[in-house]
Amino acid sequence: MCDNPSPYNPYQQLDRYIDGLPYKKENLIAILHHAQQLFGYLPDKVQRHIAAKLDIPSAKVYGVVSFYSFFTMKPRGKHVVNVCMGTACFVRGAEKLQQEIEKQLGIKTGQTTEDGHFSLDSLRCIGACGLAPVMMVDGKVYGRLIHPEDIKQILDEYREPALKEGTST
Amino acid sequence: MDVQLTINDIPLTVPEGMSILDAARTVNIDIPTLCYLNLHEMRLNNHIASCRVCLVEVEGRRTLAPACSTPVSHNMVVKTDTPRAIQARRTMVELLLSDHPKSCLTCAKNLDCDLQALAADLGVRNITYEGEETKFEIDKSSLAIIRDPNKCIRCRRCETMCNDVQTVGVYSAVGRGFETVVKTAFDLPQHETSCTFCGQCIAVCPTGALMELDQVDKVWKALNDPSRYVIVETAPAVRVALGEGFGLEPGTIVTGKMVAALRRLGFDRVFDTEFGADVTIMEEATEFIHRLKHGGRLPILTSCCPAWVKFFEHQFPDLLDIPSTCKSPHEMLGVLAKSYYADTYGIDPQKITVVSVMPCVAKKYEAARPELGQDPVTPDVDIVITTRELCRMIREAGIHFERLNDEEFDHPLGESTGAAVVFGTTGGVIEAALRTAYEWLTGKPLEHVEFESLRGMDGIKEAVIPIEGREFKIAVTHGLGNARTILEKIQTGEAEYDAIEIMACPGGCIGGGGQPYHHGNVEILKARAAAIYEEDRSKPRRKSHENPAVIELYKKYIGEPYGERAHELLHTSFTQRPKI
Repeated sequence: MCDNPSPYNPYQQLDRYIDGLPYKKENLIAILHHAQQLFGYLPDKVQRHIAAKLDIPSAKVYGVVSFYSFFTMKPRGKHVVNVCMGTACFVRGAEKLQQEIEKQLGIKTGQTTEDGHFSLDSLRCIGACGLAPVMMVDGKVYGRLIHPEDIKQILDEYREPALKEGTST
Repeated sequence: MDVQLTINDIPLTVPEGMSILDAARTVNIDIPTLCYLNLHEMRLNNHIASCRVCLVEVEGRRTLAPACSTPVSHNMVVKTDTPRAIQARRTMVELLLSDHPKSCLTCAKNLDCDLQALAADLGVRNITYEGEETKFEIDKSSLAIIRDPNKCIRCRRCETMCNDVQTVGVYSAVGRGFETVVKTAFDLPQHETSCTFCGQCIAVCPTGALMELDQVDKVWKALNDPSRYVIVETAPAVRVALGEGFGLEPGTIVTGKMVAALRRLGFDRVFDTEFGADVTIMEEATEFIHRLKHGGRLPILTSCCPAWVKFFEHQFPDLLDIPSTCKSPHEMLGVLAKSYYADTYGIDPQKITVVSVMPCVAKKYEAARPELGQDPVTPDVDIVITTRELCRMIREAGIHFERLNDEEFDHPLGESTGAAVVFGTTGGVIEAALRTAYEWLTGKPLEHVEFESLRGMDGIKEAVIPIEGREFKIAVTHGLGNARTILEKIQTGEAEYDAIEIMACPGGCIGGGGQPYHHGNVEILKARAAAIYEEDRSKPRRKSHENPAVIELYKKYIGEPYGERAHELLHTSFTQRPKI
């Protein structure tokens, strides 16, 4: 992830990844995916770098990035919280869950906390309808989230070590 | 293989793979279109079926089919004129209009807009759907193109033109769903992108979302300022297209009427960019021969087209030393008006305003390039208006254009030869240069001045011209995508040429972004090209170096072509620019 100390600069890592691909222009989405893993997000500079490397117009890269909600042009927090807004979760109180998390983190959906620790997003069905309503933190699923205390406890798990090691992004 | 089908009960046989739209046209049935645009000659085929105004009924199909992108099939039964199809089309237009400004009366595209014409044809009388409207900033950053995304209907013709035909790639559809709109990378202002300002996006935009920067009022102001000496010059391609704005047939030559109209508008002198074109040939042919004799780098590339110049500055910065250093003809005329003409007739150059009437949008940008002037406050050309803008000025002044008697350009910067006329179409600049270079290299008169192999609408034309025992390899391209193909071949060493002419717009200047709209009819461009060659044939002199006014200019003022004074006034330099 973006905060891992790396002996290489992420641009070099990205270039190496691209150089290893048999087809480059055709793999724009995979390349963007990889870049987002390396940089944490896809700022203009990274998109322009990819455009130059693939010899395609920046506008094309920007068009793809702006189309897919998975890609983000804003820096993400160290931990990404996603609330499922799929039908099952929705009828079982996903909106309430979302509001509670927004309250606890002090941000709106789509935003990142000031210390760069958490980002909050929403997504569609993740296939855990039996546990509805569901949230996901960094890919780990937490279900049956009705009580604010349960939510607080989970978020604190991610908060604790951060306080020790600081908030580098 | 052929396919048999019926359209509106008319039986017909057409080749397999043809769209319903094209099949219907063979039996004189027009199905309306909006996003669809197929310009074979320009390699532009936009059939994304996003607008849905070409919907037709196909027997056995539950839903209506978009005629532009549905191929015919055997025994297909198509109905284009049923109430269901007509109502569906009307609904589609209503939906488009529900998120489109209703300011037609004040829109610059009023009466020239495809969406407006379609709404009229389909009898849209009210808009049933009052929903949300998108709100975008208008981009007025550039000196050439104004982009108003609020009027964009997401047909993406501009994107196809810019990406596929011109290979510039300034535009992309951005965002998703209702918020989708065609934009630049990272929403950059247009002037910060690699846009060449060729204006071909304007030429194919069905609405007023893309327009040229309107400079008509600036011209009126200059004309009504008694302290200004206002000189106008007109490009070759304007005189074969301006008439279209007054209902004349495409290809009508209106040179004399145009001059008369300009005089009535109040210009102090009516000069001809063609004089500048003849001077360009004097310089470019000399530069070519100079490179030949002194082992300079070949091929020499023409530099008359400002969109092409900006294209290679962004896309091929390693080739900046091969284009000719000649300024473009209207810039040459501008600088000569403010130096030679001003000196000869005792006019203060600071009081002169030079207005260029161009078929081109990029010339607006070009005129503002800081290096194209004698000093920072004396640009060679002050204001550039397009053919369309001149048409509007003539209307604003209430001049009955069709009834005007022909008049002649003013002396001396209004004299020109047939070689200068052909600058207006693809192949013309090289043809004009060859007419002069041949005679200078051989010392013999050139009998056949028409180089047929350099003419026509093919995207890349090649010819080998023997002169004095040496075979000269010539290439002519129009459309920036074709230019890219040729330049990449030069970079890799795959092809070798001695001289290449490049014009950014398909067809050359006759198809410029500032010309009356062709609305997808390429025949109009062919008619304009034919008119250019007709005008050339009607000229008593057809070689630039035989223009007596040009000969006098060099004798009295410039000295040697490509000499010191010529470099000072008539040559320029290029700048590396980033590719975005």
